[in-house]
Amino acid sequence: MSLWEFIATYWPDFLKGTGITAAQFILATMLAIGIALVAGLMKLSHNAVIRGVSVTYIEIFRGTSLLVQLYWIFFVLPLFGVTLDKFTAGFVAVGMNLGAYGAELVRGGIQSVPKGQWEAAYALSMSPAKRMWRIILPQALVNMLPPWGNLLIELLKNTALVSLISVTDLMFVAKQINGSTFLSAQAFGLALIVYYVFARFIVTPFMRWLEGVMRRKLGRA
Amino acid sequence: MGFHWKWDFTWEILPRLLEATLNTLIAAGAGYAIAIVLGLVLALAQRTPYRALTFVVREFVEFIRSTPLILQIFFVFYVGPQFGVRMSPWTSGMIAIGLHYSAYLSEVYRGGLNSVGKGQWEACTALNMSTRQAYTRIIIPQAVPPALAGMGNYLVGIFKDTPMLSVIGVAELMHTANAIGSESYRFLEPYTLVGVIFLAISLPAAGFIRVFETYVRRKLGLK
Repeated sequence: MSLWEFIATYWPDFLKGTGITAAQFILATMLAIGIALVAGLMKLSHNAVIRGVSVTYIEIFRGTSLLVQLYWIFFVLPLFGVTLDKFTAGFVAVGMNLGAYGAELVRGGIQSVPKGQWEAAYALSMSPAKRMWRIILPQALVNMLPPWGNLLIELLKNTALVSLISVTDLMFVAKQINGSTFLSAQAFGLALIVYYVFARFIVTPFMRWLEGVMRRKLGRA
Repeated sequence: MGFHWKWDFTWEILPRLLEATLNTLIAAGAGYAIAIVLGLVLALAQRTPYRALTFVVREFVEFIRSTPLILQIFFVFYVGPQFGVRMSPWTSGMIAIGLHYSAYLSEVYRGGLNSVGKGQWEACTALNMSTRQAYTRIIIPQAVPPALAGMGNYLVGIFKDTPMLSVIGVAELMHTANAIGSESYRFLEPYTLVGVIFLAISLPAAGFIRVFETYVRRKLGLK
Protein backbone atom coordinates (compact mmCIF):
# COMPACT_ATOMS: atom_id res chain seq x y z
CA MET A 1 0.00 0.00 0.00
CA SER A 2 1.49 3.31 -0.99
CA LEU A 3 1.62 6.22 1.42
CA TRP A 4 -1.18 8.03 -0.45
CA GLU A 5 -3.52 5.06 -0.32
CA PHE A 6 -2.63 4.69 3.33
CA ILE A 7 -3.51 8.32 4.05
CA ALA A 8 -6.73 8.03 2.03
CA THR A 9 -7.81 5.04 4.11
CA TYR A 10 -6.78 6.09 7.57
CA TRP A 11 -6.94 9.90 7.64
CA PRO A 12 -10.13 10.04 9.77
CA ASP A 13 -8.41 8.00 12.53
CA PHE A 14 -5.31 10.18 12.39
CA LEU A 15 -7.44 13.31 12.50
CA LYS A 16 -9.26 12.07 15.61
CA GLY A 17 -5.96 11.18 17.25
CA THR A 18 -4.51 14.58 16.39
CA GLY A 19 -7.57 16.20 17.98
CA ILE A 20 -6.99 14.32 21.23
CA THR A 21 -3.29 15.21 21.15
CA ALA A 22 -4.18 18.87 20.61
CA ALA A 23 -6.63 18.75 23.54
CA GLN A 24 -4.03 17.11 25.78
CA PHE A 25 -1.49 19.71 24.67
CA ILE A 26 -3.73 22.69 25.42
CA LEU A 27 -4.97 21.39 28.80
CA ALA A 28 -1.47 20.35 29.90
CA THR A 29 -0.09 23.74 28.81
CA MET A 30 -2.65 25.63 30.88
CA LEU A 31 -1.94 23.46 33.90
CA ALA A 32 1.84 23.79 33.42
CA ILE A 33 1.63 27.60 33.21
CA GLY A 34 -0.45 27.77 36.37
CA ILE A 35 1.83 25.44 38.31
CA ALA A 36 4.97 27.14 37.00
CA LEU A 37 3.73 30.56 38.15
CA VAL A 38 2.74 29.36 41.62
CA ALA A 39 5.82 27.17 42.19
CA GLY A 40 8.17 29.77 40.69
CA LEU A 41 6.83 32.54 42.93
CA MET A 42 6.86 30.24 45.96
CA LYS A 43 10.51 29.45 45.32
CA LEU A 44 11.29 33.17 45.61
CA SER A 45 9.40 33.50 48.89
CA HIS A 46 11.20 34.69 52.03
CA ASN A 47 9.38 32.04 54.05
CA ALA A 48 11.53 28.90 54.31
CA VAL A 49 8.52 26.57 54.56
CA ILE A 50 6.88 27.92 51.39
CA ARG A 51 10.23 27.78 49.60
CA GLY A 52 10.75 24.21 50.83
CA VAL A 53 7.39 23.04 49.48
CA SER A 54 8.19 24.50 46.08
CA VAL A 55 11.74 23.07 45.98
CA THR A 56 10.46 19.62 46.97
CA TYR A 57 7.82 19.70 44.27
CA ILE A 58 10.28 20.86 41.60
CA GLU A 59 12.97 18.35 42.52
CA ILE A 60 10.59 15.40 42.67
CA PHE A 61 9.05 16.15 39.31
CA ARG A 62 12.32 17.01 37.61
CA GLY A 63 14.24 14.18 39.24
CA THR A 64 12.03 11.32 38.08
CA SER A 65 10.72 10.30 34.68
CA LEU A 66 7.44 11.54 33.34
CA LEU A 67 6.50 7.94 32.59
CA VAL A 68 6.99 7.01 36.25
CA GLN A 69 4.85 9.98 37.29
CA LEU A 70 2.17 9.11 34.76
CA TYR A 71 1.93 5.49 35.95
CA TRP A 72 2.01 6.60 39.54
CA ILE A 73 -0.84 9.06 39.04
CA PHE A 74 -2.88 6.58 37.04
CA PHE A 75 -2.26 3.32 38.93
CA VAL A 76 -1.23 4.31 42.47
CA LEU A 77 -3.22 7.45 43.19
CA PRO A 78 -6.54 5.50 43.12
CA LEU A 79 -5.24 3.58 46.17
CA PHE A 80 -5.29 6.90 48.03
CA GLY A 81 -8.88 7.46 46.93
CA VAL A 82 -8.08 9.84 44.05
CA THR A 83 -9.28 8.20 40.85
CA LEU A 84 -8.68 10.10 37.64
CA ASP A 85 -9.93 8.86 34.30
CA LYS A 86 -7.18 8.19 31.77
CA PHE A 87 -7.69 11.40 29.80
CA THR A 88 -7.44 13.56 32.94
CA ALA A 89 -4.54 11.55 34.39
CA GLY A 90 -2.72 12.08 31.08
CA PHE A 91 -2.75 15.85 30.92
CA VAL A 92 -2.41 16.22 34.70
CA ALA A 93 0.83 14.18 34.68
CA VAL A 94 2.25 16.03 31.67
CA GLY A 95 1.21 19.43 33.05
CA MET A 96 2.61 18.77 36.52
CA ASN A 97 5.90 17.53 35.09
CA LEU A 98 6.43 20.43 32.69
CA GLY A 99 5.15 22.86 35.32
CA ALA A 100 8.15 21.94 37.47
CA TYR A 101 10.50 22.81 34.61
CA GLY A 102 8.52 25.97 33.92
CA ALA A 103 8.81 27.03 37.58
CA GLU A 104 12.58 27.39 37.11
CA LEU A 105 11.97 29.57 34.05
CA VAL A 106 9.54 31.76 36.01
CA ARG A 107 12.06 32.12 38.84
CA GLY A 108 14.87 32.96 36.39
CA GLY A 109 12.64 35.40 34.53
CA ILE A 110 11.66 37.26 37.69
CA GLN A 111 15.25 37.41 38.91
CA SER A 112 16.34 38.84 35.57
CA VAL A 113 14.19 41.97 36.09
CA PRO A 114 16.60 44.77 37.14
CA LYS A 115 16.61 45.75 40.79
CA GLY A 116 15.76 49.35 39.92
CA GLN A 117 12.30 48.23 38.80
CA TRP A 118 11.61 46.76 42.24
CA GLU A 119 12.87 49.91 43.91
CA ALA A 120 10.83 52.17 41.64
CA ALA A 121 7.66 50.20 42.40
CA TYR A 122 8.50 50.43 46.08
CA ALA A 123 9.06 54.19 45.79
CA LEU A 124 5.60 54.55 44.22
CA SER A 125 4.31 52.71 47.31
CA MET A 126 2.73 49.88 45.36
CA SER A 127 1.55 46.89 47.32
CA PRO A 128 3.69 43.74 46.87
CA ALA A 129 0.92 42.06 44.85
CA LYS A 130 0.47 45.07 42.60
CA ARG A 131 4.22 45.43 42.17
CA MET A 132 4.54 41.81 41.10
CA TRP A 133 1.51 41.83 38.84
CA ARG A 134 1.95 45.20 37.12
CA ILE A 135 5.70 45.81 37.09
CA ILE A 136 7.75 42.66 37.58
CA LEU A 137 5.77 39.84 35.92
CA PRO A 138 5.19 41.59 32.56
CA GLN A 139 8.92 42.22 32.17
CA ALA A 140 9.78 38.74 33.42
CA LEU A 141 7.36 37.31 30.87
CA VAL A 142 9.18 38.93 27.96
CA ASN A 143 12.50 37.56 29.25
CA MET A 144 11.25 34.02 29.66
CA LEU A 145 9.11 33.61 26.55
CA PRO A 146 11.88 32.19 24.30
CA PRO A 147 12.70 29.29 26.67
CA TRP A 148 8.95 28.72 27.12
CA GLY A 149 8.78 28.08 23.38
CA ASN A 150 11.22 25.21 23.77
CA LEU A 151 9.37 23.96 26.83
CA LEU A 152 6.08 23.81 24.93
CA ILE A 153 7.71 21.70 22.21
CA GLU A 154 8.90 19.34 24.98
CA LEU A 155 5.38 19.33 26.38
CA LEU A 156 3.87 18.46 23.01
CA LYS A 157 6.30 15.57 22.59
CA ASN A 158 5.62 14.35 26.10
CA THR A 159 1.88 14.14 25.47
CA ALA A 160 2.70 11.10 23.30
CA LEU A 161 3.34 9.17 26.53
CA VAL A 162 -0.34 9.33 27.51
CA SER A 163 -0.96 6.70 24.82
CA LEU A 164 0.63 4.22 27.25
CA ILE A 165 -2.36 4.58 29.59
CA SER A 166 -4.63 4.11 26.54
CA VAL A 167 -5.60 7.71 25.85
CA THR A 168 -6.51 7.53 22.17
CA ASP A 169 -4.15 10.25 21.01
CA LEU A 170 -2.12 10.39 17.79
CA MET A 171 0.53 8.02 19.12
CA PHE A 172 -2.16 5.52 20.19
CA VAL A 173 -3.81 5.64 16.77
CA ALA A 174 -0.47 5.01 15.04
CA LYS A 175 0.19 2.04 17.32
CA GLN A 176 -3.28 0.64 16.71
CA ILE A 177 -3.03 0.91 12.92
CA ASN A 178 0.44 -0.62 13.07
CA GLY A 179 -0.99 -3.52 15.07
CA SER A 180 -3.80 -4.25 12.62
CA THR A 181 -2.02 -3.63 9.30
CA PHE A 182 1.71 -4.13 10.04
CA LEU A 183 2.39 -1.07 7.89
CA SER A 184 4.84 0.31 10.44
CA ALA A 185 6.71 2.76 8.24
CA GLN A 186 3.48 4.37 7.05
CA ALA A 187 1.70 4.45 10.43
CA PHE A 188 4.59 5.70 12.56
CA GLY A 189 6.05 7.78 9.74
CA LEU A 190 2.79 9.69 9.25
CA ALA A 191 2.47 10.26 13.00
CA LEU A 192 6.06 11.59 13.10
CA ILE A 193 5.22 14.04 10.31
CA VAL A 194 2.06 15.24 12.07
CA TYR A 195 3.97 15.88 15.31
CA TYR A 196 6.69 17.67 13.36
CA VAL A 197 4.22 19.93 11.55
CA PHE A 198 2.41 20.63 14.83
CA ALA A 199 5.64 21.63 16.58
CA ARG A 200 7.42 23.46 13.80
CA PHE A 201 4.58 25.18 11.95
CA ILE A 202 2.02 25.81 14.70
CA VAL A 203 3.62 25.97 18.16
CA THR A 204 6.90 27.67 17.21
CA PRO A 205 5.36 30.39 14.97
CA PHE A 206 2.72 31.08 17.60
CA MET A 207 5.38 31.59 20.28
CA ARG A 208 7.40 33.86 17.94
CA TRP A 209 4.25 35.92 17.32
CA LEU A 210 3.57 36.12 21.06
CA GLU A 211 7.14 37.27 21.72
CA GLY A 212 6.70 40.05 19.18
CA VAL A 213 3.37 41.15 20.67
CA MET A 214 4.76 41.21 24.21
CA ARG A 215 7.86 43.14 23.19
CA ARG A 216 5.77 45.75 21.40
CA LYS A 217 3.49 46.09 24.40
CA LEU A 218 6.48 46.92 26.57
CA GLY A 219 7.84 49.25 23.90
CA ARG A 220 10.91 47.14 23.23
CA ALA A 221 10.29 46.31 19.61
CA MET B 1 -7.63 -2.40 47.94
CA GLY B 2 -6.60 0.43 50.13
CA PHE B 3 -3.42 2.24 50.80
CA HIS B 4 -1.15 0.23 53.02
CA TRP B 5 2.50 -0.11 52.35
CA LYS B 6 3.81 -3.67 52.74
CA TRP B 7 7.41 -3.68 53.89
CA ASP B 8 8.00 -7.43 53.45
CA PHE B 9 6.82 -7.12 49.83
CA THR B 10 9.13 -4.12 49.42
CA TRP B 11 12.17 -6.11 50.56
CA GLU B 12 11.11 -8.98 48.35
CA ILE B 13 11.02 -6.92 45.14
CA LEU B 14 13.89 -4.54 45.91
CA PRO B 15 16.70 -6.87 44.68
CA ARG B 16 14.88 -7.36 41.38
CA LEU B 17 14.44 -3.61 40.94
CA LEU B 18 18.07 -2.90 41.80
CA GLU B 19 19.17 -5.47 39.24
CA ALA B 20 17.00 -3.70 36.67
CA THR B 21 18.52 -0.38 37.76
CA LEU B 22 21.83 -1.69 36.46
CA ASN B 23 20.20 -2.27 33.06
CA THR B 24 18.79 1.25 33.16
CA LEU B 25 22.24 2.66 33.84
CA ILE B 26 23.77 0.57 31.05
CA ALA B 27 21.08 1.74 28.64
CA ALA B 28 21.64 5.37 29.61
CA GLY B 29 25.42 5.00 29.32
CA ALA B 30 25.34 3.24 25.96
CA GLY B 31 22.78 5.67 24.55
CA TYR B 32 24.83 8.61 25.77
CA ALA B 33 28.03 7.21 24.25
CA ILE B 34 26.31 6.98 20.86
CA ALA B 35 24.82 10.47 21.27
CA ILE B 36 28.15 12.09 22.21
CA VAL B 37 29.92 10.82 19.08
CA LEU B 38 27.03 11.18 16.64
CA GLY B 39 26.18 14.61 18.06
CA LEU B 40 29.68 15.86 17.25
CA VAL B 41 29.34 14.53 13.70
CA LEU B 42 25.99 16.33 13.31
CA ALA B 43 27.43 19.55 14.72
CA LEU B 44 30.54 19.51 12.53
CA ALA B 45 28.50 18.60 9.44
CA GLN B 46 26.59 21.85 9.90
CA ARG B 47 29.85 23.82 9.74
CA THR B 48 31.02 22.48 6.39
CA PRO B 49 30.92 24.76 3.35
CA TYR B 50 28.60 22.32 1.51
CA ARG B 51 25.22 24.07 1.51
CA ALA B 52 23.16 20.97 0.68
CA LEU B 53 24.74 18.89 3.44
CA THR B 54 24.35 21.67 5.98
CA PHE B 55 20.68 22.10 5.04
CA VAL B 56 19.86 18.39 5.21
CA VAL B 57 21.60 17.91 8.57
CA ARG B 58 19.95 21.04 9.98
CA GLU B 59 16.46 19.85 8.99
CA PHE B 60 17.21 16.34 10.27
CA VAL B 61 18.20 17.73 13.68
CA GLU B 62 15.06 19.89 13.79
CA PHE B 63 12.90 16.93 12.86
CA ILE B 64 14.38 14.66 15.54
CA ARG B 65 14.09 17.39 18.15
CA SER B 66 10.46 18.18 17.47
CA THR B 67 9.05 14.64 17.42
CA PRO B 68 8.43 12.39 20.45
CA LEU B 69 11.15 9.96 21.49
CA ILE B 70 8.58 7.27 22.23
CA LEU B 71 7.36 7.43 18.64
CA GLN B 72 10.94 7.24 17.35
CA ILE B 73 11.53 4.15 19.50
CA PHE B 74 8.48 2.46 18.00
CA PHE B 75 9.50 3.57 14.53
CA VAL B 76 12.99 2.08 14.76
CA PHE B 77 11.75 -1.10 16.38
CA TYR B 78 8.92 -1.88 13.96
CA VAL B 79 10.10 -0.45 10.65
CA GLY B 80 13.25 -2.62 10.50
CA PRO B 81 11.33 -5.95 10.37
CA GLN B 82 8.98 -4.53 7.71
CA PHE B 83 11.98 -4.38 5.39
CA GLY B 84 13.55 -7.61 6.61
CA VAL B 85 15.97 -6.15 9.18
CA ARG B 86 15.40 -7.75 12.57
CA MET B 87 16.84 -6.00 15.59
CA SER B 88 16.66 -6.86 19.27
CA PRO B 89 14.83 -4.44 21.58
CA TRP B 90 18.18 -3.40 23.02
CA THR B 91 19.69 -2.58 19.63
CA SER B 92 16.73 -0.61 18.35
CA GLY B 93 16.31 1.10 21.72
CA MET B 94 19.92 2.23 21.76
CA ILE B 95 19.71 3.44 18.16
CA ALA B 96 16.54 5.43 18.85
CA ILE B 97 17.62 7.01 22.12
CA GLY B 98 21.19 7.62 20.87
CA LEU B 99 19.90 9.29 17.73
CA HIS B 100 17.39 11.41 19.65
CA TYR B 101 19.96 12.73 22.07
CA SER B 102 22.63 13.19 19.39
CA ALA B 103 20.34 15.83 17.89
CA TYR B 104 20.14 17.61 21.26
CA LEU B 105 23.88 17.30 21.89
CA SER B 106 24.70 18.60 18.41
CA GLU B 107 22.90 21.82 19.40
CA VAL B 108 24.97 22.00 22.59
CA TYR B 109 28.19 21.50 20.60
CA ARG B 110 27.06 24.03 18.02
CA GLY B 111 26.60 26.62 20.74
CA GLY B 112 30.02 25.78 22.17
CA LEU B 113 31.74 25.95 18.79
CA ASN B 114 30.05 29.24 17.92
CA SER B 115 31.21 30.73 21.20
CA VAL B 116 34.87 30.42 20.14
CA GLY B 117 35.94 33.82 18.85
CA LYS B 118 36.71 34.47 15.21
CA GLY B 119 40.20 35.64 16.15
CA GLN B 120 41.06 32.08 17.17
CA TRP B 121 40.35 30.87 13.64
CA GLU B 122 42.38 33.69 12.17
CA ALA B 123 45.26 32.86 14.49
CA CYS B 124 45.10 29.23 13.30
CA THR B 125 45.26 30.39 9.71
CA ALA B 126 48.15 32.70 10.54
CA LEU B 127 50.01 29.76 12.10
CA ASN B 128 49.38 27.73 8.95
CA MET B 129 47.39 25.05 10.74
CA SER B 130 45.22 22.62 8.82
CA THR B 131 41.47 22.63 9.53
CA ARG B 132 41.84 19.36 11.39
CA GLN B 133 44.65 20.74 13.58
CA ALA B 134 42.69 23.91 14.21
CA TYR B 135 39.68 21.91 15.42
CA THR B 136 41.50 19.37 17.56
CA ARG B 137 44.06 21.69 19.12
CA ILE B 138 42.46 25.12 19.29
CA ILE B 139 38.72 25.20 18.68
CA ILE B 140 37.27 22.07 20.32
CA PRO B 141 39.22 22.44 23.61
CA GLN B 142 37.78 25.94 23.95
CA ALA B 143 34.31 24.84 22.90
CA VAL B 144 34.09 22.18 25.63
CA PRO B 145 33.70 24.30 28.81
CA PRO B 146 30.66 26.30 27.63
CA ALA B 147 29.12 23.02 26.40
CA LEU B 148 29.65 21.11 29.65
CA ALA B 149 26.51 22.27 31.45
CA GLY B 150 24.30 21.29 28.54
CA MET B 151 26.06 17.94 28.13
CA GLY B 152 25.54 17.16 31.81
CA ASN B 153 21.86 18.06 31.67
CA TYR B 154 21.31 15.71 28.77
CA LEU B 155 23.12 12.89 30.57
CA VAL B 156 20.54 13.17 33.35
CA GLY B 157 17.87 13.62 30.66
CA ILE B 158 18.77 10.41 28.85
CA PHE B 159 18.72 8.55 32.17
CA LYS B 160 15.21 9.80 32.87
CA ASP B 161 14.03 8.87 29.37
CA THR B 162 15.17 5.24 29.55
CA PRO B 163 11.79 4.08 31.01
CA MET B 164 10.37 4.64 27.54
CA LEU B 165 12.45 1.68 26.37
CA SER B 166 10.14 -0.55 28.43
CA VAL B 167 7.49 -0.27 25.69
CA ILE B 168 9.54 -2.38 23.28
CA GLY B 169 10.56 -4.83 26.00
CA VAL B 170 13.97 -3.66 27.21
CA ALA B 171 14.18 -5.14 30.71
CA GLU B 172 15.00 -1.90 32.52
CA LEU B 173 13.52 -0.48 35.71
CA MET B 174 10.05 0.46 34.44
CA HIS B 175 9.65 -2.81 32.58
CA THR B 176 10.48 -4.76 35.74
CA ALA B 177 8.08 -2.65 37.81
CA ASN B 178 5.32 -3.33 35.28
CA ALA B 179 6.09 -7.05 35.42
CA ILE B 180 5.97 -7.06 39.23
CA GLY B 181 2.72 -5.11 39.14
CA SER B 182 1.00 -7.54 36.82
CA GLU B 183 2.27 -10.59 38.72
CA SER B 184 1.25 -9.42 42.18
CA TYR B 185 -1.49 -6.86 41.43
CA ARG B 186 0.36 -4.47 43.69
CA PHE B 187 1.37 -1.22 42.03
CA LEU B 188 2.01 1.00 45.03
CA GLU B 189 5.38 -0.41 46.05
CA PRO B 190 6.99 -1.08 42.63
CA TYR B 191 6.05 2.28 41.07
CA THR B 192 6.93 4.22 44.20
CA LEU B 193 10.28 2.45 44.48
CA VAL B 194 11.04 3.23 40.84
CA GLY B 195 10.40 6.90 41.57
CA VAL B 196 12.62 6.79 44.65
CA ILE B 197 15.43 5.03 42.78
CA PHE B 198 15.26 7.63 40.01
CA LEU B 199 15.42 10.47 42.54
CA ALA B 200 18.27 8.77 44.42
CA ILE B 201 20.34 8.66 41.25
CA SER B 202 19.38 11.81 39.34
CA LEU B 203 19.62 14.32 42.21
CA PRO B 204 23.21 13.42 43.24
CA ALA B 205 24.15 13.11 39.57
CA ALA B 206 22.93 16.64 38.87
CA GLY B 207 24.90 17.93 41.85
CA PHE B 208 28.01 16.02 40.80
CA ILE B 209 27.79 17.43 37.28
CA ARG B 210 27.68 20.99 38.65
CA VAL B 211 30.80 20.33 40.76
CA PHE B 212 32.57 18.73 37.81
CA GLU B 213 31.72 21.70 35.61
CA THR B 214 33.23 24.25 38.01
CA TYR B 215 36.27 21.98 38.41
CA VAL B 216 36.90 21.88 34.65
CA ARG B 217 36.36 25.62 34.35
CA ARG B 218 38.89 26.30 37.10
CA LYS B 219 41.34 23.80 35.64
CA LEU B 220 41.21 25.60 32.29
CA GLY B 221 41.69 28.96 33.99
CA LEU B 222 38.17 30.23 33.24
CA LYS B 223 36.80 31.99 36.32
